[in-house]
Amino acid sequence: MAIELNFTIEGGDFSNAGKASSKIKKVLKQLNIEAKIIKKIVVAVYEAEVNVAAHAYSGNVKALVGENDVVVMVSDSGPGIENVELAMKEGYSTASKEVREMGFGAGMGLANIKRNTDELKIETTVGEGTTVTFRCFY
Amino acid sequence: MKINEIIEKINARAATSLPDEDFELEKAFSSDLMSDVLTLEEENILLITGLANVQLIRTAEMADIDVVVLARGKKASPEMVELASENGLVILETPFSIYRTSGILYSNGLKPVY
Repeated sequence: MAIELNFTIEGGDFSNAGKASSKIKKVLKQLNIEAKIIKKIVVAVYEAEVNVAAHAYSGNVKALVGENDVVVMVSDSGPGIENVELAMKEGYSTASKEVREMGFGAGMGLANIKRNTDELKIETTVGEGTTVTFRCFY
Repeated sequence: MKINEIIEKINARAATSLPDEDFELEKAFSSDLMSDVLTLEEENILLITGLANVQLIRTAEMADIDVVVLARGKKASPEMVELASENGLVILETPFSIYRTSGILYSNGLKPVY
């Protein structure tokens, strides 16, 4: 049976970005999942959390931790992504100066989520928001 | 390198408590860019950085980093220390620059990630 975990994220609230990935990491550790796999999953979740804090107004993270895989859905209300193909390209970013000063906004987030996950789906509507769904097998 | 040797060589102060037993680190990475740190495939490394904020500690937690060294006199905030302590991460503060810290640790046998 899958364990469901839910978290909310506020746009601009970087101090709480990482709470979802931190909790998910603890749950996966308890399930004795291999450390390298856990790292891939939590890095992807953290990148997605940072994206919501950096670009959106608010969002939520839903993780379904199953026996063989984990499915994570990160949805936000926000500006959406105008050009997903471009946003996936390493080095392309629309992040603010403040976000860059915090060590992010290098245009590597979505590409890193793709690299660390087995399945990735990005649904976005400009002016409404974005939902990033990904799956990782153990 | 052993953690106690690292502390001595870079004239560091531990902002968090240290584990009871001296432990060994094999590799290190220097960066102010957390996006870059999140792409590292190695675990249990030491990170030298000029960035001192909560995002650094979160990044270290997700990237399986064991020790972060705040260079050039940067200080860890109480929030950083609390979060690091929860996750068993060691924070060191050194007055040396990133360049000098990296040079000293490299020449004493701490290998680069790349």
